[in-house]
Amino acid sequence: MGRCLAWIIVIEAFDLTKRYGEKVAVDGLSFVVQPGVVTGFLGPNGAGKSTTMRMLLGLDRPTSGTATINGRGYDELRAPLCEVGALLEARAVHTGRSARNHLLALAATHGIGRRRVDEVLDLVGLTHVAGKRAGGFSLGMGQRLGIASALLGDPHTLILDEPVNGLDPEGILWIRTLLRSLAAEGRTVFVSSHLMSEMALTATHLIVVGQGRLIADASVAELTAASGQKVVRVRTEEAPRLRDLLAADGVSVTSTERDLLLVTGLTSAEVGRVAADARIALVELVAQQPSLEEAFMELTRDAVEFGTPMEEVAS
Amino acid sequence: MTAVAEAAPAHLGVTQVRAIDSEWIKFRSLRSTWWSIGVALLISIGLGVLFSYLRGYDIAHHGGFEPDQTELSLRGFYLAQLAVGVLGVLFITGEYSTGMIRATLSAVPKRVPVWVAKIVVFAAVIFLITLIAAFIAFLSGQAVLSGYHVHGAFLSAKGGIAFTTDPGVGARHSLGVSISYPGAVRAIFGAALYMVGVGLLGLGCGFLVRNAGGAIAALFGLLLVLPLLAQALPASLQEHVSKYLPLLAGTAGMTTQRVPDRLAPWAGLGVFALYVVAALGAGLYVLRRRDA
Repeated sequence: MGRCLAWIIVIEAFDLTKRYGEKVAVDGLSFVVQPGVVTGFLGPNGAGKSTTMRMLLGLDRPTSGTATINGRGYDELRAPLCEVGALLEARAVHTGRSARNHLLALAATHGIGRRRVDEVLDLVGLTHVAGKRAGGFSLGMGQRLGIASALLGDPHTLILDEPVNGLDPEGILWIRTLLRSLAAEGRTVFVSSHLMSEMALTATHLIVVGQGRLIADASVAELTAASGQKVVRVRTEEAPRLRDLLAADGVSVTSTERDLLLVTGLTSAEVGRVAADARIALVELVAQQPSLEEAFMELTRDAVEFGTPMEEVAS
Repeated sequence: MTAVAEAAPAHLGVTQVRAIDSEWIKFRSLRSTWWSIGVALLISIGLGVLFSYLRGYDIAHHGGFEPDQTELSLRGFYLAQLAVGVLGVLFITGEYSTGMIRATLSAVPKRVPVWVAKIVVFAAVIFLITLIAAFIAFLSGQAVLSGYHVHGAFLSAKGGIAFTTDPGVGARHSLGVSISYPGAVRAIFGAALYMVGVGLLGLGCGFLVRNAGGAIAALFGLLLVLPLLAQALPASLQEHVSKYLPLLAGTAGMTTQRVPDRLAPWAGLGVFALYVVAALGAGLYVLRRRDA
């Protein structure tokens, strides 16, 4: 009784829609998750990420549209644990059962042997508490048990819903390292988060959603480059004079400090030339790349469901 | 996107037998399972002996009427059904309250094998255990009753057997009956089948409402409250309705004497089985239809 061999799986949502009465949680969402990379599934809270993942796993029934794993519905998979490993946001473990028995019960559904159970316990570092009831586990240990369940069938694809939510720094670091190593092994990882900064560290491709709709489907690099205009940051003792000299159509200059100007509409070279011609000494001249965080906020500004988008996405 | 590389090895994958194996691991790896079963055993055997002792003592000293000594020794199951019913409810609602159901359905995405596996595991284990309990309850109860002796037994007009302490009436004999008494073995199997039915009724209610409190209320509403409500019916209607209610129908299988307002043992168990099938069927419908 060994482990399942590798699959290459493509996750696909096509015109996926989920309505709860009047409320539309997921609204005509279509995307494909590329094999072999970490794809971030990003959006503010309530954007429909968890619902989409639950539909991918056949837990929720789409109102319309399809969610498929390698062209088939999840419930048509002969050995789902060997094809897709899933970690859902809410815990999915009976609190009265030990970690080992939990994994043994899941393994039994596929004929996966006891050896593999011990392997994944070891992999997530739970061997020493394997006989303890999962109800007594900390959030971090619970998350490790969830990861162990996801890896049980040695699947090529992993679907992880907010894996770092509520974890302490050590746990977050562990998940990040794990995601990178899983991707390095060539697995497809589809991971959701409402934190752009988290995705910036792990994902290479992003699917951004807001209010159940697709907002962006692009690589992290493309998304950063495409977002907004570049800002040139200039620091000088003669800020008011430079400001007047820079004024022109299509150029906007803002200032948050007495000696600091933020210029959009000009390149740093153009700003430098104007300053040099006027013999203005510059203390600082930087072309700012907008951060991924800003790109994300820009994208989801209109799609945040409940007011105060800044707090929601930046917390 | 062409994507298929290679299939998972043929020996790995979900089958009905493996789903049953998994449910068996789940069932036995919870402490609450063994607590419930322990309580059910203690109550069914302990109360059977206690009732036999109390009735035996009373009849031996004062004479009296006992419709069914077999049923007397199995009377503890009326209380033990609470433990078994709750166990059936928790077997599924425990998964919903803890979120385990998502892990279960991620591993076995088709709903029917999960439903079948839970029924098979629960029915097999509970049948075996309660059958042994029923044999023990019967044998120990009758052993207690055999310690009491009465004179003269005659068929009572009420359909049971009346005993007297008057030495002038008939021969002296023991109050207990043996396992070869007509209907005794059937009543023992009937008790076990009734317990399985109560547990499966609880399982069905659990699949249906997904919440332990609601499912337990529904189960014992059906079993215990329905007969009380039926008493509000006009007497002429009541005798036709009451015997078909789950508790009276199901426990008819535990009797050896025909009582006029009860169904015959197998007929009663058959009617009870219909309730069980209906609850489980509705549970399956909800399991397949509603989001997990």
